[in-house]
Amino acid sequence: MPITQTLRCRECERTYPLEATHICELDFGPLELQFDYTAIRESISRDTIASRPPTLWRYHELLPVAGGWDPTWPVGFTPLQRAKNLGDRLGLSNLYIKNDTVNPTYSFKDRVVAVAITKAREFGFETFACASTGNLAGAVSAAGARHNMPTYVFIPSDLEVGKVRGAAIYGAQIVAVDGTYDELNRLCSEIADLYNWAFCNINIRPYYAEGSKTLAFETVEQLGWIAPDHIVAPIASGSLYTKVGKAMRELVDVGLLKQQTTRIHGAQPAGCAPVADAFGHGHTTYNPVRDPNTVAKSLAIGNPADGFYALKLAKDVGGVIESVTDDEIIEAMQLLASTEGVFAETAAGVTIAVLAKLAERGVIGRDELTVALVTGNGLKTQEAVDGQTSARFEITPSMKSFEKTLADHGVLTPA
Amino acid sequence: MPSVRIPTPLRSLTDGQNTVDIEATTVGDLLRNLNEIHPGFSERILDEDGELRRFVNIYVDGEDIRYRDGFETELTPNNEISIVPSVAGGI
Repeated sequence: MPITQTLRCRECERTYPLEATHICELDFGPLELQFDYTAIRESISRDTIASRPPTLWRYHELLPVAGGWDPTWPVGFTPLQRAKNLGDRLGLSNLYIKNDTVNPTYSFKDRVVAVAITKAREFGFETFACASTGNLAGAVSAAGARHNMPTYVFIPSDLEVGKVRGAAIYGAQIVAVDGTYDELNRLCSEIADLYNWAFCNINIRPYYAEGSKTLAFETVEQLGWIAPDHIVAPIASGSLYTKVGKAMRELVDVGLLKQQTTRIHGAQPAGCAPVADAFGHGHTTYNPVRDPNTVAKSLAIGNPADGFYALKLAKDVGGVIESVTDDEIIEAMQLLASTEGVFAETAAGVTIAVLAKLAERGVIGRDELTVALVTGNGLKTQEAVDGQTSARFEITPSMKSFEKTLADHGVLTPA
Repeated sequence: MPSVRIPTPLRSLTDGQNTVDIEATTVGDLLRNLNEIHPGFSERILDEDGELRRFVNIYVDGEDIRYRDGFETELTPNNEISIVPSVAGGI
């Protein structure tokens, strides 16, 4: 395979060989994969991509792996669903949702983890690990199980039960840390310093993060190689958001799109909105949030490592980064489920609620082609909608009881 | 005296030691002393204006000094100080 990739510091642009490292030795700037787009342009085309299996690996030239991935694990190429009913409610006539609730462990994290574990094995690591707000825990545990690697998953101890179960079932060692995500992330970076483990979000992070690009690649391909006018994505660390931006640029760089003018918008929960707050004030950098407090726990990252770059991307592409309250989040989860039949997790509630806000404000025009990234499954965060779903009717097993009870509540006209 | 945990990229400055004990009463004091004993430290973690670089965090007993008094944060001999590059996961 030709050398088409290097690691490069996003701050000082110093380059590094492809190793398990994530920060610049000089200024601690984050390292990012840099591809040789001219070389890739020669070997990639819409037709070759179309001829490949429906997984994220159909874009492997733009992923940092040399081969060796698991072709039987069905990650990616999730449905891009026309959302007519939801669009009607929001006043949008050309709305789609990218439904990543149907990945193997029910969130987009299977994408990044598929890349991370492929790279970890390539590097020869024998132990797989991550710090997680939940979705990553499940994805990492499942991938570790498939590859028969011992796996350690660090989670905040207040995480939703569904997410903990959804990780433990695969046999990973679950370590619940009495602290915020930011605190356990710091702990993990110190652990990663002493133990020779492949930490998805630490030493493998530059590779891992590239997996998020496939959400955007697929979206464009599924639209018939058209760049949408708007994409709305959630922001926690800002990694997904910034990689969507990178993906859109790359599609042009490798000749798959002539041009793209997609405005990429970011969504945060008001209880942890350092990036949205900075955006709202016109700042180029953010103030960390010390004690995140939001129903959207997967977005509760108070010190987002890519926050600075997220603000920069928003400025570059005419994006808006907005926040929404817990009530708006729950309402949006219900709206998505009741209009499109998609039960998505709280983070997607944040995305849909921000989508609604941007539509209402006219940032997104009625007929503009718009895609909302629905990143995880609602079954993982059921607590969030406890007591919020419609009441149930208690009856005895008789026609009389059935008709009377429902008629009394005005939901049935007796035959 | 306070002990400082050194991240991998800076261990070349401390002869490979992952912790060093430094006499100091504040974080700023500690950084100055650290730089005296292990020259080159300040240049690596501070920017041109003497502020902490964007991607460097300093914690005293697990708490980010940005939430305390920054370089003025007072230290006791039992404090553990960590210098940690920014990392992240989540979405």
